[in-house]
Amino acid sequence: MSAQDSTFLKTEHEEKSLRQQKLVRMFLMFMTAMLVLPVLGILSVIVARGAPGMSLEFLTEPPRANMTAGGISFALIGTVWLTAVALLLALPLGVSAAIYLSEYARDNWLTRLINIAIVNLAGVPSIVHALFGVGAFVHFLHFGKSILAASCTLAVMTLPVVIVATRESLQAVPQPFREACWSLGATRWQTIWRVVLPNSGSGILTGVILCVSRAVGETAPIMFTGAVLYAPFSPEGVFDQSMALSTHLYNVSTQIPNVPPGLPFSVALTLIGVVLAMNATAITFRMRLRGRKKW
Amino acid sequence: MSQDASTRRNAAATEFDRRDSSWWTDRIARTVVFAGGISAIVFIVGILLFIATQGLEFAATRLSWSEFFGSIAWRPNGHPAEYGALALIAGTASTTAIAMVIVVPLSIGAAIYIGEFARGKTREWLKILIELLAAIPSVVWGVIGLHVMGPLMTQAFGVPSGLNLLNAGIILGLMAAPIMTTIAEDALKAVPDTYREAAEALGATKWQVVFRVVLPHARPGLSAAVLLGVGRAFGETIAVLMASGHAINIPHSLFDPVRTLTATIAAELGETAEGDDHYQALFVLGMLLFVITFAINVTADSIVRGIRRKKA
Repeated sequence: MSAQDSTFLKTEHEEKSLRQQKLVRMFLMFMTAMLVLPVLGILSVIVARGAPGMSLEFLTEPPRANMTAGGISFALIGTVWLTAVALLLALPLGVSAAIYLSEYARDNWLTRLINIAIVNLAGVPSIVHALFGVGAFVHFLHFGKSILAASCTLAVMTLPVVIVATRESLQAVPQPFREACWSLGATRWQTIWRVVLPNSGSGILTGVILCVSRAVGETAPIMFTGAVLYAPFSPEGVFDQSMALSTHLYNVSTQIPNVPPGLPFSVALTLIGVVLAMNATAITFRMRLRGRKKW
Repeated sequence: MSQDASTRRNAAATEFDRRDSSWWTDRIARTVVFAGGISAIVFIVGILLFIATQGLEFAATRLSWSEFFGSIAWRPNGHPAEYGALALIAGTASTTAIAMVIVVPLSIGAAIYIGEFARGKTREWLKILIELLAAIPSVVWGVIGLHVMGPLMTQAFGVPSGLNLLNAGIILGLMAAPIMTTIAEDALKAVPDTYREAAEALGATKWQVVFRVVLPHARPGLSAAVLLGVGRAFGETIAVLMASGHAINIPHSLFDPVRTLTATIAAELGETAEGDDHYQALFVLGMLLFVITFAINVTADSIVRGIRRKKA
């Protein structure tokens, strides 16, 4: 054994650091697991207790016997209405706001103000949005308790989601694309319409999906603006009231007596199935987009 | 001669006049898009105005502020009606505090693991799972609190009601975790790699680098992450309404049922008539929520923006 070999051996101090490092790594892994495992736990509980009640009839039949039996068709139809109208309102506004922020806005006080507004619109509690919906849409604009009032409230809530997702995808289009188009004499709008929007790929679609997924899951904002405990018919116009999946889940869990124990879980399974499927689609789109782009 | 010159000038003017249909389209599109751009400001100002004005008359004349902040008696239907919000404020503060105690270490730990230790596929999957955690609707968390955690808690601790402070705190913590983890990971990512390389070149282990170099530099971003988490837990409504037990009470133990500001509005808004005292009182609670979340969001946002600017 020469002295040369020992220079490549770890000193006691180094070994101690490495042991400590391993320990810390394990501990951090454990902490991550504590956040991730509940998701898997929750999903499995909902599937295990909700799946026995799931069937085609459950999805397509109206509720019976004071909502303790039958299906959830009215709630499903109502949710489709509420979400579609909300999307119709939020999408044009959100996409144009994103175009403004990405293509026109300079770094000035107005842009900073818009950004603060977006952050707060996303961060204000959902019950405050509900209060705004009741004050502004139900009473002040005289929409009454209706699909329109509930959808307007949902649209205001989901607006930041649409703006942020769309803006991100527009900003991902490289600047030289725009410059090439301008140098050919195109106007700003022609550039946006023919070059930026087509190249932003599924970005707007991602915004749509996230908006819908958010709108489907919200409960508090629609509880007082348009969703009711029980509406015996499917709605025919935006001034009708309707049931909704999320409020129905709240009601069968807390308001209605003698509900069979599996029923809330079946409704929850439907709701979470819709929401997670949409989010998974949005994530896939985004990953494909990032993977494909080589500019 | 002069007439000739002016015709020539006119001709030149028309030749360079680009105000054709595409010019006008551009103009109109710019206006429309600008209107969309400021819509977010219009809505946030609208929310502020509506919430403030709906409760203004009551707040300015009949509401006793010392009762509002000093009494725990919230009896809007009593004779006389009492509007003491102290217990509700205590309920919101205690659920938020419990949620943070549970989940701040977990979220920061997870952010360090995902950002600094995990690699490749593991890292991608963990990020997707955290994102899915954020997508679970509030009412589904409520069902979990009510039908799963509640019975579990009565069995495990032998308490009379499983719907209590601890239950709501755990649910709120898990709901606030995704935003905290995501923002905290961004904060770690914003620390320049050259700092890590310099420390590693001196022989530091990965953990020493994280603990001595990365974390101190990421501190502002981490505090923004915690703030946003607090804002999320603070404003949550339906889940906390279902899991907290909803009893007006200043909690003395983890197993006391509590009632929050948000849950009070959600539970009582349906039984009020437009413009009556009770309706207006709920808008005063809403105003309180709005002001606090606004302050939290603006502070957190300015921290995050400051970090981004420094990085650029």
